[in-house]
Amino acid sequence: MTTVTRPAPEPLVLPTGGMVRGRARGAGPLRREGPDKLTGTAKYADDLVFPGAWYGATIRSSEAHARLLGLDRDEAFDWSKVVLVTAADIPGDNIVSLITDDQPVLVPVGGEIQHHAEPLALLAAADRETLRAARYAIRARTEPLPPVFDPLESDHVFAHYEIAAGDLDAGFGEAEVILEGTYRVGHQEQLYIENNAMIAVPREDGGVTVHGSLQCPYYIHKALKRALRLDDVQAHVVQAETGGGFGGKEEYPSILALHAALLALKCGKPVRMIYDRHEDISATTKRHPAVVTHRTGIRRDGTLVAQDIEVVMDGGAYCTLTPVVLSRGALHAGGPYRCPNVRIRARATRTNTPPNGAFRGFGAPQTEFAAETHLNRLAEAIDLGPLEIRRRNVYVAGDTTPTGQVLQHSVAAEEVLERAVEAAEFERMRERTAATRATRATRATDGTPGAESAYRSAAARTATGVGLALAWHGAGFTGSGEVRLASVASIELTGEGRIRILTGSTEMGQGTKTIFPQLAADALGVPYEAVEIAPQDTAIVPDSGPTVASRTAMVVGGLVIKAAERLRAAVETATGRPFAESYRDHAAAHGALRVDQQFEPYPGVQFDDETYRGDAYPAFGWASCVARVEVDLDTGEVAVTDVVAADDIGKVIHPLLAEGQVEGGTLQAVGYATIEEMKVQDGRYLNDRLATYLIPTALDAPRISTILVESPFPGAPHLAKGVGELPMDVGAPAVVAAIHDATGVWIHELPATPERILAALGAAAEPPQAGQPGVAPQPARPGAPETEAAVEAPIVAGTDPRPDAPTDPQPLRGPQPDGDRPSGDDPRRDPA
Amino acid sequence: MTAFRFTVNGDPVEVDVPGMRRLLDVLREDFALTGTKEGCGEGECGACTVLLDGAVVDACLVPVCQVEGTDIRTVEGLAGPSAGPGTPARLDPLQTAFLEAGGAQCGICTPGMLMAARAYLDAGGGPDEDAIREAIAGNLCRCTGYTKIIDAIALASGEAHA
Repeated sequence: MTTVTRPAPEPLVLPTGGMVRGRARGAGPLRREGPDKLTGTAKYADDLVFPGAWYGATIRSSEAHARLLGLDRDEAFDWSKVVLVTAADIPGDNIVSLITDDQPVLVPVGGEIQHHAEPLALLAAADRETLRAARYAIRARTEPLPPVFDPLESDHVFAHYEIAAGDLDAGFGEAEVILEGTYRVGHQEQLYIENNAMIAVPREDGGVTVHGSLQCPYYIHKALKRALRLDDVQAHVVQAETGGGFGGKEEYPSILALHAALLALKCGKPVRMIYDRHEDISATTKRHPAVVTHRTGIRRDGTLVAQDIEVVMDGGAYCTLTPVVLSRGALHAGGPYRCPNVRIRARATRTNTPPNGAFRGFGAPQTEFAAETHLNRLAEAIDLGPLEIRRRNVYVAGDTTPTGQVLQHSVAAEEVLERAVEAAEFERMRERTAATRATRATRATDGTPGAESAYRSAAARTATGVGLALAWHGAGFTGSGEVRLASVASIELTGEGRIRILTGSTEMGQGTKTIFPQLAADALGVPYEAVEIAPQDTAIVPDSGPTVASRTAMVVGGLVIKAAERLRAAVETATGRPFAESYRDHAAAHGALRVDQQFEPYPGVQFDDETYRGDAYPAFGWASCVARVEVDLDTGEVAVTDVVAADDIGKVIHPLLAEGQVEGGTLQAVGYATIEEMKVQDGRYLNDRLATYLIPTALDAPRISTILVESPFPGAPHLAKGVGELPMDVGAPAVVAAIHDATGVWIHELPATPERILAALGAAAEPPQAGQPGVAPQPARPGAPETEAAVEAPIVAGTDPRPDAPTDPQPLRGPQPDGDRPSGDDPRRDPA
Repeated sequence: MTAFRFTVNGDPVEVDVPGMRRLLDVLREDFALTGTKEGCGEGECGACTVLLDGAVVDACLVPVCQVEGTDIRTVEGLAGPSAGPGTPARLDPLQTAFLEAGGAQCGICTPGMLMAARAYLDAGGGPDEDAIREAIAGNLCRCTGYTKIIDAIALASGEAHA
């Protein structure tokens, strides 16, 4: 029925040479898989064709908590045309799990439905129309059970931790000001542009091959083996080109692969399960919502003396990765600041909502938003600037974290802070915004015509502010995680004289396929082009651990280098000549040679998972961010106009790719801060489509200027620490600080929506007291310390109102490395 | 069903399918042109952007009955034809600029982004950041923060006008 005539594709000429013309410093090779992505020839899961494949679908719960009594089939439907899979068809354990065995692959009849959109049964058919009809011909019979939606009220605890240092009571006794505050963050959707997708193909050996969009091939391998009772060969996982992950394809692909595999094994045909956006948002994991309470003691000179922090995360209906997310959140909860007396209590509980899971930052963005916002309020309470309070408390080499980890090397918190504020001219910007605020406050109270009018001009109703934040991010897996993973990376000199890297680390846009050949080529002394990278296929590559936790460049990259060094030494010893000149001869004479390199613990790094004492991470990355915003005082809308981000990543392997990570992470953080809000009602996501869950467009995105800082990590042969997650931790608190600078109100809950901003402005406006400090600090009294500081006054008057100052400050100035950006001036941002 | 005739990347094609079949499905499934991606199916993300007689459209929102007699351009048609036998095709300057400036990360938005950018440059668009942001405002990217996409389009506009 289809006729088409097209000429065969022609070969392409690709640019040669490695020089990058972008803004990044130095050279880096071109993205390895870039040409395929740019010409449309890269094959993502939905682009793969398997002749005769059937289409699969998932029958899901429409209730948040219920008992499944049965699955009723409409007898009028011709069931011989479809395949139906229920829990009874699962040959092995009906479990999909990374930590706790609580999540079924499919809810069995008689079992409990724990969340909306939970998988109950699976269908496959040869065509989409039959599949659609079959979906309407099956109905779940259930008995409702009382749901729990509030994580604070849930008594089912997935994990809890307590981290303690010093003497908390003594610390508060020393405090001159004590401030308490509670901060909330909601769900965030990863919103990779490619939805979750998996295709399962039955194998002749009784096993199954799955091709899909995924981050962690060996997680899926393990899940298939367990639930389908397959061996290492029968369970076969191949990564297709992956259109973004951000943590959202860390664990969810395991259950999707199982669903596709169960259908494929039952119908004996390949089965395609390609989620549409609605199903992807409805059913897959999100960033954990959290409630974080801080009670902090500080001296008037700005010295932190006591931090008492409580973190509660909403795990959703199943455990998933929640204990590890919570752990990272707790370990980062104090922020990158020295404090001798600390208690951090953290727990994650179960609610009848879809399970939450991994998302870039992995618990840290939640707690660091709270820590940074609280620190800014402390600074205000003792009349100190946000930069000064950070300078006085920021970690320096030799400081000790709450777990007792002595920060010995690669401590660049001060450097990123100073680099960011210098590039952004933060202090000068703050003076200007203070002056503008003062002018506006004067206008608002002296009866200047138009000040209170509903029709005031855009300039008059636009408030500009600048905000600063600082963050840390533990590099690699938490605690003893890397030791337990015992990852392997390999390098091979093939019999034909080719050099090939074998790792399970996946490419999902961040640059794995480019930087690994770079690292290996450097170690071997051969050109970048001479090093190939094997496909991420469990039949070919070893288990290099999951592609998560900003560990790929740092941990697996280190293994690649060590493997390459050993290969080089073996060849050079045998031939007596440099590797580059002799490896082809060696292969011709001796055949293939492969080196497997397993992870070895970083020297001197030790952590006790029971007591939470020791080195929580082998090193930390450090990030600082200055954001500039414009707030429409009439509508509460926020435009984040400029961001300067300084990120210490140890050593820059590929400047262009590293900048790309910082820019992308920064925009995700800006979205988290401003517009990304998941509305949940009765355990169901209401805005479960792209028309209603919004992410920033090019018009919403700020101009982002990146400063890459290199504070080498001596534990890795290439001195790198990882970059992916760092920018996610620091953007949101910077934006919220900027909103405060513009408006005088603190937003305690993300995202800072227009509704929340207007509500805060409204609360602050009663009674109007222009010129009042934003926070009234309270002296600490032994036995009866003050808690929550007074409500914010509407507008904080500057001490130096300069009426002649321009109402709109210059945009932030970032680094101008190559001078190919016109200047810091941005006509787009000028107010009307 | 009716046969629909139009051109895809300059080649005349004919397809006999229901008129309400999405152009996206016709391209991907009937013509095996899988460079055009589906991200949302409701015209929000722009991953399926193609050019219809030079105009930017979301192929998920266009029924094939509306493309009768038109010229459709997809990412597969960006790289130019060869100059003659034995001469390979060449990347579009936009593709080269995206490669060099780091405009593609995961790559799933890239085909649509390239087509929106191509239309912008074809209409005489230059390196102005503001104008480029406007031109790609209908194309969502979750990886790049848009910075290097804007750099790439500006770079390509310089080459186009050089």
